[in-house]
Amino acid sequence: MSTFSTTPVRGPSRTASRKKSIFLVFTCTILGAAAQLLIKNGMDHLVLQPLAVLSNLPLIGGYVLYGLNTVLLVLALRDGELSQLYPIIAMTYVWVTLLSYTLLKEPPNWFKNIGIATIVIGVGVIGRGSRK
Amino acid sequence: MTTLQKSMLLVLMASVVGSFGAVFLKKGSANVAGHSLVSFINPSLALGVALYLASSVFYGFGIKGGQLSVLYPMISLGSIWTLIWSRMFFQEAITREKLFGLALILIGVTFVGIGS
Repeated sequence: MSTFSTTPVRGPSRTASRKKSIFLVFTCTILGAAAQLLIKNGMDHLVLQPLAVLSNLPLIGGYVLYGLNTVLLVLALRDGELSQLYPIIAMTYVWVTLLSYTLLKEPPNWFKNIGIATIVIGVGVIGRGSRK
Repeated sequence: MTTLQKSMLLVLMASVVGSFGAVFLKKGSANVAGHSLVSFINPSLALGVALYLASSVFYGFGIKGGQLSVLYPMISLGSIWTLIWSRMFFQEAITREKLFGLALILIGVTFVGIGS
């Protein structure tokens, strides 16, 4: 496969636009986590009739958030590095775990807590790489 | 093939298909101009979104088989494929920060999977 051409960002604005990209992907992970929980909730009350599906607000809301999520991700990718931004999506696990503790009242456990702390540190390390 | 092996294969496929989805989203993002929504409609982005959807279908069927401690880290393997594609197709540098950060994220996701 031949090399794809994208417009590289150069000059002093480079660091700033990369920071903005990281912020955008960060926002994506929050939207993605909310979307996952809404879809899970919608699926729990799913009735397979056209009218029932169309009035299933959590399900529709979840997919709308996924759409918004994709638009933001594309804007982030335009100005940032794919190899830097893609791993940050793992933050979704952090939000889903925290939301399931608070909203779904799932009992916390040490594996999950150590896991989300390690993910946060990993994302921090990757984010730091954009300072150069 | 056991149920777990089937699940692992499906999740592995989801990670590969999803990583190519990311490649095409990145490729298509170059055509997106300013705040024009019309510029979002281009073949690369459409393919990227289609691959993402395909990936989530594989993923959905895959995690039905349970054992998230094995399956969660596997979907994060997509980050490793993406690192390779980023270098191959977009000439992005593989830095120490990216490798170290990615390793931590994979360990973290494994722990979340074990706890789930």
